[in-house]
Amino acid sequence: MDGNEFLEVKDLVVEYTSGGRVIHAVNGISFSLEKGKNLALVGETGAGKTTVAKSILRILPDPQGVIKNGSITFENQNLLKLNGSEMRKVRGKKISMVFQDPMTALNPVKTVGYQITEVIRKHDLIAKKDAIEQAKKMLEMVGIPGERYYEYPHQFSGGMKQRVVIAMALANKPDLLLADEPTTALDVTIQAQVLEMMSNLKETLGTSIILITHDLGIVAKECDIVAVVYAGEIVEYGDKESVFRNPAHPYTKGLFGAIPDLHSNARRLANIEGLPPDPSEPLTGCCFHPRCKYATDKCAANKPELMEITPGHLCRCFQSAN
Amino acid sequence: MISEKKRDTLVEIDHLKKYFDVAAGTVHAVDDITMKIDRGETMGIVGESGCGKSTLGRNIIHLQNPTSGNIIFEGKDVTRPDAKELKRLRGEMQIIFQDPYSSLNPRMTVEETIMEPLILTNRVPKEKMDAETKRIMDLVGIARRVRQSYPHELDGGRRQRVGIGRALALDPKFIVCDEPVSALDVSIQAQILNLLMDLQDEQGLTYMFITHDMSVVRHISNNISVMYLGQLVETNETKKLFNYPLHPYTESLLSAIPTIDLDHQHERIKMKGEITSPIDPKPGCRFAARCPYVKEECHQPQKLEEILPRHFVSCCRVRELRKEQIGRAMREFEIERGKNHAKAREGVDNGQ
Repeated sequence: MDGNEFLEVKDLVVEYTSGGRVIHAVNGISFSLEKGKNLALVGETGAGKTTVAKSILRILPDPQGVIKNGSITFENQNLLKLNGSEMRKVRGKKISMVFQDPMTALNPVKTVGYQITEVIRKHDLIAKKDAIEQAKKMLEMVGIPGERYYEYPHQFSGGMKQRVVIAMALANKPDLLLADEPTTALDVTIQAQVLEMMSNLKETLGTSIILITHDLGIVAKECDIVAVVYAGEIVEYGDKESVFRNPAHPYTKGLFGAIPDLHSNARRLANIEGLPPDPSEPLTGCCFHPRCKYATDKCAANKPELMEITPGHLCRCFQSAN
Repeated sequence: MISEKKRDTLVEIDHLKKYFDVAAGTVHAVDDITMKIDRGETMGIVGESGCGKSTLGRNIIHLQNPTSGNIIFEGKDVTRPDAKELKRLRGEMQIIFQDPYSSLNPRMTVEETIMEPLILTNRVPKEKMDAETKRIMDLVGIARRVRQSYPHELDGGRRQRVGIGRALALDPKFIVCDEPVSALDVSIQAQILNLLMDLQDEQGLTYMFITHDMSVVRHISNNISVMYLGQLVETNETKKLFNYPLHPYTESLLSAIPTIDLDHQHERIKMKGEITSPIDPKPGCRFAARCPYVKEECHQPQKLEEILPRHFVSCCRVRELRKEQIGRAMREFEIERGKNHAKAREGVDNGQ
């Protein structure tokens, strides 16, 4: 990591307090992203993927969620040091986010067009008429006729709503798009349309995307770099080719084994026994050792670092190092 | 119809229809579906949300009453059962729901949930109740220590196990699995799929497995029926359906699935628009509006035809569009049949 990256997240630690308990959602996550590349954060529910994205935009629930440590450098400024008004200039302009559920991400009592225009006018001093024109163009870019500008969210189907949300997120041509499970709520055919649209936008606008997903199939199609997240830590990191062809961490291997794939004929799925650790209880050793088939005493006692196993391919496991 | 051997049909659905009246007209949720499900098999039902797959499952097990058509279970017409018959059928046909969060009573413990069907049917004498509950919990892999736990204390995978335990309590023959793993994480999903397959092997269960996930359905099903807007558009054995998808909808559905295999990244076949409204649909192929091959004749009513042995497709252009695939599949079928005959003859010779 040589310091001139477009985005660099370093040693990020995020905690939530809930009912007097401290939940360790993110425990020291570091990664960097070059401009124009797509990064996937892969992992199961509760792994801390969404928390990472919300930390970048600084929209963690206040006061429950607190960034305890770390830095997030975006285009040479530490986002965590910005004050409220400086941060608002970044949000929706340079970095924007698409949320998982399009049904709840839109305001039901405003027209979809108004909601897109609002984002544009917040950041640019342009005439209302021009903003409307631009919003209509955005709608058309995501495959919705411009005439539907004056319609309300309930008049759209799920897939169309998600496209409206994406149009909103892209209205200011952000440099970075955080897409949090953007297609999980959609049918496969619509999912394919939305993903295709997102990769076209990447081509035309040069936007980098951080895609949060649990679906490795989508990662295979859309991403360049993969970070596998487990219990608030990155357990494996590398370009798609190395991670998919030579998964090194036992958790990553488990994930691949657990997916019924179209091109495999295994009758039984290799499931990962047990459950992810309770994030409110401190854990010694490797975060995955209670579920790991290969765990030794060393794994229970010491915490492995992210180690480079082949150039650019990192893995947090004692076994994979040798 | 070309039948290879005598089928042991457990559930038969004959021209089943379920319509709902809404303000805007009539929703044709299930529109004239005919299918047979054999004992011990898993019939996968796939399609997009709103295509009527859940409605179909719910009608078969009498959670809803069909508008018309017949349901035949073990050779007996059970379309409109009386109260007594319905009670008997509840023991024979069960359901596992999608959302293990909302399908369990939050005020009942794990034990009470599993025991309830046993109590309601007086199937097990009181003194054996405890042992029976334990047996079911073991069967579905719920640790005894969570007997007294309430649903909110359990994670999604365990809750789904409770849902499965409840469905199995009455020792049913047929279970409708309505998206049983869609709400679960992949590693937990694999645990539940393995459990369902083990239970099927041990208990000889027959499943109707409803899902929108093509990878899951390929993994678990013997046969697959593809639904579009309340109708069956294609049905076949799983492997053959994936090798030779004939209906344009099946083809684009399969091509839309993201795969983790970097060497088999396929091009998506473009499908226009989204699933259209099931309210008062026009006659003719319902997929026509999105189909890349649509022609004039597609606006005539379509019927499900046996294009290849046991491979039914509802598309008037299929023979012309898929000439090559049909030819290949037919040759494969002939070879297979030849092999089976040779085997059968050998068996007879050896038996003599």
